[in-house]
Amino acid sequence: MHNLFIQSLQVGRTATPEAVQFWILAPLAVLAALGMLLVKKAVHSALLLAWVMITLAILYIAQGALFLGIVQVVVYTGAVMMLFLFILMLVGVDSSDSLVENIKGQRPAAIAAAVGIVGLLLSLIGRATLNHPATGVEAINANGNVQGLANELFTQYVWAFEVVSALLITAALGSMVLAHSQKPKSRTSQRDLSIARFRGDSLAHAAGLPGSGVYALHNAVDVPALGPDGQPSDASISKVLEARGDIIASKPFELTHIDEEEN
Amino acid sequence: MSRIGGQGMSTSELIGADPGWLILVKGVLIFVICVVATLLSIWAERRIVARMQVRVGPNRAGKFGLLQSLADGVKLALKEDLIPKAADRVVFVIAPIISATTCFMAFAVVPMTGKVRLFGHTTAMQLTDLPVGVLYVLAIASVGVYGIVLAGWSSGSTYPLLGGLRSSAQVISYEVAMGLSLVAVFIYSGSMSTSSIIDAQQKWWFGVVLFPSFIIYVISMVGETNRAPFDLAEAEGELVGGFHTEYSSLKFALFFLAEYVNMVVVSSLATTLFLGGYHALPGLGFTETWLGGWFTLVWFFAKVILFFFLFVWLRGTLPRLRYDQFMQFGWKVLIPVSLLWIMIVSTLRVMSQQGAPRFVIVGFTFGVLLLVFAAASLFDKAKEKRKLEDKESLNAFPAPSFPVPVLTPQISTQASIGTEEIND
Repeated sequence: MHNLFIQSLQVGRTATPEAVQFWILAPLAVLAALGMLLVKKAVHSALLLAWVMITLAILYIAQGALFLGIVQVVVYTGAVMMLFLFILMLVGVDSSDSLVENIKGQRPAAIAAAVGIVGLLLSLIGRATLNHPATGVEAINANGNVQGLANELFTQYVWAFEVVSALLITAALGSMVLAHSQKPKSRTSQRDLSIARFRGDSLAHAAGLPGSGVYALHNAVDVPALGPDGQPSDASISKVLEARGDIIASKPFELTHIDEEEN
Repeated sequence: MSRIGGQGMSTSELIGADPGWLILVKGVLIFVICVVATLLSIWAERRIVARMQVRVGPNRAGKFGLLQSLADGVKLALKEDLIPKAADRVVFVIAPIISATTCFMAFAVVPMTGKVRLFGHTTAMQLTDLPVGVLYVLAIASVGVYGIVLAGWSSGSTYPLLGGLRSSAQVISYEVAMGLSLVAVFIYSGSMSTSSIIDAQQKWWFGVVLFPSFIIYVISMVGETNRAPFDLAEAEGELVGGFHTEYSSLKFALFFLAEYVNMVVVSSLATTLFLGGYHALPGLGFTETWLGGWFTLVWFFAKVILFFFLFVWLRGTLPRLRYDQFMQFGWKVLIPVSLLWIMIVSTLRVMSQQGAPRFVIVGFTFGVLLLVFAAASLFDKAKEKRKLEDKESLNAFPAPSFPVPVLTPQISTQASIGTEEIND
């Protein structure tokens, strides 16, 4: 079995450095791929996936597909995985997936789509490889790796290329349409708020609302400030705290009150 | 095509003939150059910013305070290494390592000299010459961001997380603009390898021919390296220290090192792509053969220092951008402008390649210029109209009445009396 592996490796012209590289990177990639499925934290999974992508990129480069390897890192590791990580970090450190199905019939639809895609891929790869002897990367790279790739993409496969890019643009636009709900009125900006403060009915709070707390005795967000008239100011505390009932009366912290007690 | 080999040898062939030990020596040299450049540039930055703020800056350790960053580095290394309890330990340790290794890797494709003799071998001071060298730098930069993002996330603290998130959004957005600014260079040089891009600038620097690309690259390189005025990932006024708030000792030093090496890398890339790399200024080409070709190293670093000074100058001059303004600038100004510019450049390129008559090319250029001016004036008109509407909407409110003290001529007489008294 082992010999078979070695032989299958030597089908192409596997030079020694390349084989060494393969036997170092491939186990690492497989381990990382397994780890991706097994680790608990979503961010660790994402990181391991990024590692798999980088090892694949190195293997591509070693095989002579320089452009593919670099683009793999730029696009997948640099952009796609980074966006993934961005979402994961926003969602939270320890959030676990909920297993409740929100959309009815999502599971059968997903399975059908998966089977369909696998079928498509198999037929495509089969048609591309069966009865088509490999050309070898040297022949492809004869006029330079990038030039060869560009030649293929923009002459023979230009139609497929354009269709794929149209599909990607549609998907990007779709996600933007779904994410952005049209607001009936534009959000009030700092400028609007400032104008409203000065041109409104009263100038009482033109300089800002009073801060919470009673100076030097209880300086916290849950105590209304005392106004110059000695009355607690409602404007100094958050409406949310008030609704939750998390407000302490400021009376006990009044200076005169304590003075009286001491006397 | 390549001229530097002399006997028809291109840089990639020249470097390809290097024995293994020479590659190792070059790698070590690049590492040493980057570290020494970091030490010196930290010192230089502190001194220059100090001069801009009418201070003296570090001047105690060594001559002119040159050893200040070395002393700081030693101090940092001797500090206690803290790992917060809420931190994700593995990722917390890996993050600074990712940052510090990737920044050195990017330097591998930067050509620092032309043909030189090194330990009895004819070679060029460039570790490797990839046909997709510039893309390789972009790829490495995008991996380098992982260091910052992961540092922010793994700290288990809010400010670093916000810093990490900002940084990832920032680098992704500005990398698009940067990539687009490079496209024009690729179109004109017909290559993505750093050495052939330099060779393509024998006659004219791309900084002159592709001036808009140059400007866009310079702006996005500041955004890419998280430097002021785009240092939102570590905005000390808003996020304490941003992504590195929880880091101390050597781990913090690694982030520091990475930031400065990254500055050197983007500056040297700018030099390579737009200022003719290691070549001398026009008219001083005879200096390139001095010291057996090693004098080109002086030209290279002179240009890199120019960019470094720009970095410091920006930091000393401009206030930090607000986050939403920064993103708006990236997506709504830099990227559309680059796209438009690329379309113009590629049209011109195809025209000249197809042998279009000169008056067609000149006519096209003027047509584009006219269109740009027309669009700009329309934009200005719309802006003025909006301003007017704004004023009208303000008039809808009643004018506020403030209690204002009555100003009478008395005040001025009193003031003059006061001065007379003092004079007495």
